[in-house]
Amino acid sequence: MHDKTLTELAAGLAAGEFSSRELTANLLARIDRLDGDLNSFITVTPEQALAAADAADAARARGEAGPLTGVPLALKDIFCTTGVKTSAGSKMLDNFVAPYDATVVEKLKAAGTVSLGKTNMDEFAMGSSNENSFYGAVKNPWDGAAVPGGSSGGSAAAVAAGLVPAAMGTDTGGSIRQPAAFCGITGLKPTYGRVSRYGIIAYASSLDQAGPMARTAADCAHLLGAIAGHDLRDSTSVARGVPDYTAELDAPLAGLKIGLPTEYFGDGLDPEVESAVREAIRVYESLGATVREVSLPHTHYAIPAYYVIAPAEASSNLARYDGVRFGHRCEAPTDLTDLYLRSRAEGFGEEVQRRILMGTHTLSEGFFDAYYKKAQQVRRLIRQDFLDAFDEVDVLMGPASPTPAFDLGAKKDPVSMYLQDIYTIAINLAGIPGISVPAGFAGGRPVGLQILGTHFAEARLLNVAHQFQQATDWHLRRPGIIEETA
Amino acid sequence: MQWETVIGLEVHVQLATRSKIFSGASTAFGAEPNSQACAVDLGMPGVLPVLNEAAVAMAVQFGLGIHAEIPEVSVFDRKNYFYPDLPKGYQTSQMYHPIVGPGEVEITLDDGSTKAIRVHHAHLEEDAGKSLHETFSDGMGQAMTGIDLNRAGTPLLEIVSEPDMRSAKEAAAYLKAIHSIVTYLGISDGNMAEGSMRCDVNVSVRPKDQAAFGTRAEIKNVNSFRFVERAIAFEVERQIELLEDGGEVVQETRLYDPERDETRSMRTKEQANDYRYFPCPDLLPVVLDQAYVDHLRDNLPELPADKRARFQEEMGLSAYDAGVLSASREMAEFFEQVNDVCGDAKQAANWVQGELSGALNREGLPIQSSPVSARQLGELVARIIDDTINGKAAKQVFQALWNGESDSADAVIEAKGLKQVTDTGAIEAMIDQVIADSPAQVAQYRDAEPDKRGKMIGYFVGQVMKASRGTANPQQVNGLLKERLDALC
Repeated sequence: MHDKTLTELAAGLAAGEFSSRELTANLLARIDRLDGDLNSFITVTPEQALAAADAADAARARGEAGPLTGVPLALKDIFCTTGVKTSAGSKMLDNFVAPYDATVVEKLKAAGTVSLGKTNMDEFAMGSSNENSFYGAVKNPWDGAAVPGGSSGGSAAAVAAGLVPAAMGTDTGGSIRQPAAFCGITGLKPTYGRVSRYGIIAYASSLDQAGPMARTAADCAHLLGAIAGHDLRDSTSVARGVPDYTAELDAPLAGLKIGLPTEYFGDGLDPEVESAVREAIRVYESLGATVREVSLPHTHYAIPAYYVIAPAEASSNLARYDGVRFGHRCEAPTDLTDLYLRSRAEGFGEEVQRRILMGTHTLSEGFFDAYYKKAQQVRRLIRQDFLDAFDEVDVLMGPASPTPAFDLGAKKDPVSMYLQDIYTIAINLAGIPGISVPAGFAGGRPVGLQILGTHFAEARLLNVAHQFQQATDWHLRRPGIIEETA
Repeated sequence: MQWETVIGLEVHVQLATRSKIFSGASTAFGAEPNSQACAVDLGMPGVLPVLNEAAVAMAVQFGLGIHAEIPEVSVFDRKNYFYPDLPKGYQTSQMYHPIVGPGEVEITLDDGSTKAIRVHHAHLEEDAGKSLHETFSDGMGQAMTGIDLNRAGTPLLEIVSEPDMRSAKEAAAYLKAIHSIVTYLGISDGNMAEGSMRCDVNVSVRPKDQAAFGTRAEIKNVNSFRFVERAIAFEVERQIELLEDGGEVVQETRLYDPERDETRSMRTKEQANDYRYFPCPDLLPVVLDQAYVDHLRDNLPELPADKRARFQEEMGLSAYDAGVLSASREMAEFFEQVNDVCGDAKQAANWVQGELSGALNREGLPIQSSPVSARQLGELVARIIDDTINGKAAKQVFQALWNGESDSADAVIEAKGLKQVTDTGAIEAMIDQVIADSPAQVAQYRDAEPDKRGKMIGYFVGQVMKASRGTANPQQVNGLLKERLDALC
């Protein structure tokens, strides 16, 4: 059962081949057996999961089942969940239980899905390896020596290891797409504003966006339909209808115009990753697509601009963790300043503190114009690069990451870690959607092909990704951990 | 040396929305601590602000009320600082693109003259919670600070003036004018005791003939009309003394202590926070389309300055009367209703400012709690105008209405027999009786020099009025008496 895609499981549930309880119990047992080593979950919620599975089975018995009723999944531990700890991977929130559900969680519950628990992540979504978690690093199911990517590393690893058919992630600078690539699964970052941010613990508000991580593009299409839409509680969510994202999956690709950004195939790109991506492009050509090179001239400014804007917003977003109302509070503070200093010094990890310091600095009087304002100008140029490119082509393609998953502990200096996100970060700055799909291997570790579309082109992206998955079987490859325990 | 005072005010007006500026929690005053703070007000992880449209409408109404520019786009910024009663660690405010642009407020000075005070801008922001330092202890004598977040997220309109005021009196008049505008518009209850209007005062002094401003001090949280005058008076004196002693005024924030009637330094410029303002990424820019602004403009009530002008021009009131009667919306509405009923603006103005205001002041009542309604007072004045009663009787009628003895002037007149006697025959009969009963006074009158007689007639008028129990028409009594007495001479 654990080897099936979400779409297959939904069909099995609908056909009565197995119940949601059987499926849920099976996966909970797998988590129990395997996750001690993998560490992809921070919190597993067996009782709530089984109760939700029973409710789903009962709804099905009453003839009230929807397409996702009874389907198990997991939530990155950044989505607030009533009554279940939401830590954001931080000691600061190790004791935090929200009195509300995130809109995404509410919608997934309403669709009848069954949450098995909350997945591991880089603290406050700051990281590209999941090594910045208070709850410890996560292993890549393909290779225990490798990182799963980040920040949604737990979600990616759990799906890749067959612990859940799908998981929700968030993506601020590549946090869905890069771990999806590293773990050989499919991960979609929707257009900014497509999915409500309400109840998602904020890292960088103007960049954060939630999206599905699963085996296939079709799985992601089902899930996106369930979570997308305008939310009165999030002013930045867009009032725009939600199409049936599965409707266009089978549309043929003849005549599709693909652009390859020159800047995404330059220095620093692992040759094996490049050849896997170029091979994928040839598959598209065989499907009737035409390919041309395009330029995104401001690409090399994306990382500097991101590391001004994101930490600036983070420094403000994380000010609420002050030890006063919730979260970690230091022992026996002597006065207010001591309470603030020690609670925050103890509660936040090193990378989070680094980004708070960077953001505080760039917003300071005398630096604001040089950093923050300039970065916003660069952001507009980057966005314009993409809009210009989409005047000429339908989608852009390239690698999701310059290398396959690196070894745990390999990237010691923060800047080399930041450079990991060179192909993903600009997409968040531009607000456009992107999807990473499995496209082969480099050094035995998965390679992700990234496909980008213009704002609100999710249906097109899913169609383009799905057609690739009809023509290839990279997304069906499984790490050893699956066979061992099958 | 002659010194000139320069004053600018930042007035924080609490807007009378039912819910908070970014959440659905109630803004009602006086609830149990922390009973009106939802997850958004508490700054819980993951929650997001949603702008209250009513706050936007009220801010725009204020802007229109002071003839200000209303920019098409305004933007919320975050003002970052740590304080326990500031749950998110930042205050959502408008630093760079406020909702109301430059405008003008007209103030009326004691001599009835007016002066225009320029408003630099007005912006929307959220209030913080309250820290309660006095009322808590941990039970072992250790003082604790309590935090009440009911006020957190209450919408404020901060109105920032130009440094156009030149005296404490002008500052108080400006504050009163703002109070009057916001209460006229119904966008704030203007209750200063409950903190619905709070004021920071920027004060500097300069030699009379100097063009450049002196160094200013900002006095925080001056929360009554009276304290504004006193705080400024103290501060001006302090600065002048300092300068005359050869010292320098430092730019600093000072706190007014009403109990000791002095200002004290809170922090100097060097200790000031760097608030690291940046646009709030959780809120979209506010874009006002012209139709929306026009709709609000078309539905604005008449504002104090316009009312004052109309009272003078159309009703013929003096500048002073027009100023007093238009000072508050309640006063103006009361007066206009009295005028509508009686049809004589001057009489209506006299009665509202005279008998009624006197009685209200004695009892410490606001005009909206007057036991005599505007309709009742209007009918009473109408009976004076149509000669049904005379002025003396009118006062009795007013007192009876005030005491609730009856619910209309006519009923009181009827019950107390106060209807004025204008029948010449009846008055002549009373005059004959008085003359017959006062031979000595008549003799004195007859013997007096003709030019002294005018004064002496008062005695006879009094006697006749007494005989009529005050109901005789005094002008008639006067005329008829003079004829009769002169005939005796």
